[in-house]
Amino acid sequence: MKLLKINVLAGLLLSATCAATLAEEVKIGMITTLSGPAGYLGQDVRDGFMLAIAEEGGMLGGVKVEVLVEDDGLKPENGRAIAERFLERDEVEIMTGVIFSNISPVVAPLTLRAGRFYITPNSAPSQFAGKNCHENYFAVAWQNDSLHESAGLNATAQGYGNAFVLAPNYQAGKDAIAGFKRYFGGEIVGEVYTQLGQTDYAAEIARIRAAAPEMVFQFLPGGMGINFAKQYDQAGMNEEVPMVLAAPSSDINILRAVGESMVGVSSSSHWNHDLDNDANRAFIAGFEAEYGRSPTVYASQGYDTAKLIASALMKTGGKVTEDMDGFRAALKAADFDSVRGAFAFNTNNHPIQNWYARIVVERDGAFLNETTGVIAENHADAYASECSLN
Amino acid sequence: MSQLFLEQLLNGVQLGMFLFLVSAGLTLVFGFMNIINLAHGSLFMIGAYAMALIGGATGSFLLALILSLPVVACAAWVIEVVIIRRLHARDHLDQVLATFALILFINEGTTMLFGRVPLFMDVPESLSGTVTLPGGVTYPLYRVAIIGAGLAVALALWLIIARTRVGMQIRAGTTNRETVEQLGVNIDRLNTLIFVVGAMFAGLAGALAGPLTSVEVGMGENLLILCFVCVVIGGIGSIRGAMLGAITVGVVDTMGRAFVPDILGRFLDPAAASGISAGLSSMSIYLLMVVVLVFRPTGLFPVARSV
Repeated sequence: MKLLKINVLAGLLLSATCAATLAEEVKIGMITTLSGPAGYLGQDVRDGFMLAIAEEGGMLGGVKVEVLVEDDGLKPENGRAIAERFLERDEVEIMTGVIFSNISPVVAPLTLRAGRFYITPNSAPSQFAGKNCHENYFAVAWQNDSLHESAGLNATAQGYGNAFVLAPNYQAGKDAIAGFKRYFGGEIVGEVYTQLGQTDYAAEIARIRAAAPEMVFQFLPGGMGINFAKQYDQAGMNEEVPMVLAAPSSDINILRAVGESMVGVSSSSHWNHDLDNDANRAFIAGFEAEYGRSPTVYASQGYDTAKLIASALMKTGGKVTEDMDGFRAALKAADFDSVRGAFAFNTNNHPIQNWYARIVVERDGAFLNETTGVIAENHADAYASECSLN
Repeated sequence: MSQLFLEQLLNGVQLGMFLFLVSAGLTLVFGFMNIINLAHGSLFMIGAYAMALIGGATGSFLLALILSLPVVACAAWVIEVVIIRRLHARDHLDQVLATFALILFINEGTTMLFGRVPLFMDVPESLSGTVTLPGGVTYPLYRVAIIGAGLAVALALWLIIARTRVGMQIRAGTTNRETVEQLGVNIDRLNTLIFVVGAMFAGLAGALAGPLTSVEVGMGENLLILCFVCVVIGGIGSIRGAMLGAITVGVVDTMGRAFVPDILGRFLDPAAASGISAGLSSMSIYLLMVVVLVFRPTGLFPVARSV
């Protein structure tokens, strides 16, 4: 297991001898997925987060922070071990970074039980949005279902009468299909759950061909989506049955890896590189200058998470667990310029925000998502009413 | 319906051919050298990376395919000489630990060199598109090519093992290593040769997989588990067994994914059917393995051993 400890202070000063100064800086634990095929998701969340800290010269909201980063390797048992260490030995006050929804159900309860804040930049499964919502749990980007609800709305708006749906057989996959169906007006002609990490999709593609739907919705994040998109194109299916996707199946790395055959594919997202606001322009310029590559949606989420924490630290003057009520209220206000434009936290601490329709285009040999319009304004997730917070 | 069945059968055979390319090397190394090489999937990945990088630089599919094989061979040679050679006398646990460590090294090394973002690799113009096969099935041309490559490799391997002197030594060494050594055959050199050749098959599979799958760190690991199943079903050390095991696993896996949901859907409500069938089809090959091992504990084509 790789320990990547990024010390944003002057690293050498941080020995046991200056424990006094340690008390003043806020420790943030980041458990994320850095290895394996999905490693770029965690990498971009981390890099986006670190960019916000670097912009302030090692601080967030004028408060010195130390971020401990560790790789969960996409295994819940690793997530548990790291979380226990972060909470007990390192005494982090804020936990963040989890990418996948098989890890957050392990890490989030541990963090909340220990009386710390859990602020997720990505994974936000349904169980923490409804009855089991928690006052110290904040989802910065979206609730899992919303990604796919927006795809359902997008497909309905485009006039599709029926759809074939496809997702991996795990919690986020089931949330995805449920979310898509919630807002899709048409009929579902096929519903398939594939294995997590599957490489060959020939059998599923043949079933889609046989079912002859008007469109396909697939939620296959990372490498799985690349496998599917390549094989779908080679089977000559792009011309026959178009795909309507959610943001994770159409990020910029997937477009680059699949190439030309993605042109024309429509998707929906809460953020896009061409959203017209100052925070977004500054973020993209900063990210490209710092890392020499274009940010994915995950990078934007990592950046927003850091900015949210910064806004709250600014208000409490660096107090987190010493002033739980103050820090919580400051988080809930979401008083910062998000790169996605305006958004607010709902009663269940999940976002209320706009969702945008996008289409893949080619510009100067590169493949990009271009925003074409708004799918849903101030969209809230479906579970908020079950949550007893206010 | 029969057309769909035919297409799915073909998908199964194609997946099987692909698994065979990886399993062939695995079973040779396992059978002859008695080494469990978990890093075999990493050699698959090296093949795919070499293919994608050379293909990206030169723009030629054929050139990339030809050049990626020596790259994998070199990597395999280094691994054999530096690490694998020291593991012969050790037990399987040490081998598993050492080759698992190799996976971590190779994955991290690849991440450092080429980053975490998957590489781009497309089907060459001449192999893109679909063909209409007898029976009216439209099938991607590239997948037909993979079936062809699998058959060619199987034929070549069979010729080498059944008809050449080296092949005879390999067969003899798989059965009784010490005796072959006593007869004056340089076992070390034969070991290296087998390891490198086995790696080249994995590398070839990786190179051919590039256009079909995502070229990314850790791409070989998922496949490796399937390939161990193929090797165990087929009988450790047997090329014929690996072929039959791979085709069986490919067909059972594909057919499971293709038809179990529809069959269950006739008895159960759709939501329950899709949930159960997803579980069942991912278990299908392991169920197959259990059945085979109950009746044939040494696999379908056991290799005689005198150890």
